[in-house]
Amino acid sequence: MMHREVIPRVVVKLLLPFILLFGLYVQFHGELGPGGGFQAGVIIAAAVILYGIVFGLSAAKRVAPPALVHTMMPLGVLVFASVGVAGLLAGGNYLDYFVLDPDKVHGQERGIFWVEIGVLISVSGTMTSIYYAFSSRPD
Amino acid sequence: MIVAALAMARLRNLFGVVIIGSIYSFLMALALFMLDAADVSMTEAAVGAGVSTVLLLGTLYLTKISEAPPMRFSVAPLAASIVTGCVLLYGVSGLPEYGDPKSPIHMHVAPDYIKGVLPQTGVPNAVTAVLASYRGYDTLGETTVIFTAGLGVLLLLAGLRKERTRKRERRS
Repeated sequence: MMHREVIPRVVVKLLLPFILLFGLYVQFHGELGPGGGFQAGVIIAAAVILYGIVFGLSAAKRVAPPALVHTMMPLGVLVFASVGVAGLLAGGNYLDYFVLDPDKVHGQERGIFWVEIGVLISVSGTMTSIYYAFSSRPD
Repeated sequence: MIVAALAMARLRNLFGVVIIGSIYSFLMALALFMLDAADVSMTEAAVGAGVSTVLLLGTLYLTKISEAPPMRFSVAPLAASIVTGCVLLYGVSGLPEYGDPKSPIHMHVAPDYIKGVLPQTGVPNAVTAVLASYRGYDTLGETTVIFTAGLGVLLLLAGLRKERTRKRERRS
C-alpha cells in the first residue's frame, strides 16, 4: 500500500515497540490497573495490523506467519480450558483456582494469570487472521 | 456524538462514514472513561475506533466507495426505529439514578465481590478478578465465541475466494 512515504514508515517504526510494550503492560499489569487479556490481545493485533498497513501485507506475514496466527485462535481457548482441567487434576472443580497452589490466594493469582494468557493468544490470533483474510483477497 | 451519528446517516461517501464512525467510537471511549469504566473504554478505543475501522476500510477496498441511492423512500423502517427509540427512552426513565447506592445492581452480589476480591484472590483490580475467577465459565464461553466468530469469518471469506477463482477459470 504505502511503500514510498517516509514519514509514516519512520513514525510507525518508532511507535511499534511502545505499542507492543503497552500491550504487554496491559496484559501483565491487568491485575493491578485497567486492562487484561482481551484489551492486550487487541492492542498487539493492532500493532501487527499497523505494521501491515504501512509496510505491506507480505512484511506483516513475515513477522506473524498466517499459519502461526491461525494456530493461535484455538490455542488460546485450549490454554483457558486446560487451566480448568488443571483444577480438576489438582482435586478441585473445573476452573477452580484455589487448588492450584497450597496458598489459596496464590492459586487464584496463578489461575487468573494463565486464563488471561489464553484470552490474549486467542483474541490477538483472531483479530490478526480476520485482518489477513480481509486484506489478502484477490482483486 | 449526536452530530457524528447524524452525519453518518446523511453521508453517501462510505469512506467518510467509516472515519466518522471511528470518531464516534473515540467519543464513546471518552464518555466511558468519564464514567470510570477504564477497562471498557480501552476496549472501545482499541476495537471500535482502531481495528474495526481498519477492517471496514479493507472492506471498502473490495467494494464500491459510495453508497447506492435508495430505490424509494419507505416509511416503515423510519416508523419502526422511532417507535423503538421511544420505547427505549421510556425504559430509561424506569432505571435507577446513576450512582444510586440503593439500586438493585449494588445490593445483590456487588458488595460481596468488593469485600471478597482482595482477601480471596489477591488481585487488586476487581474487574479482572470477577472476569477471570468468579465468572470464569462466562469468560471461557466468551473466548470460545471469539474463536468461533473468527472461524466463521475466515470460512466465509475462503468460500467466496474459491467461488471467484472458479468463475475466473470458467471464463478463461
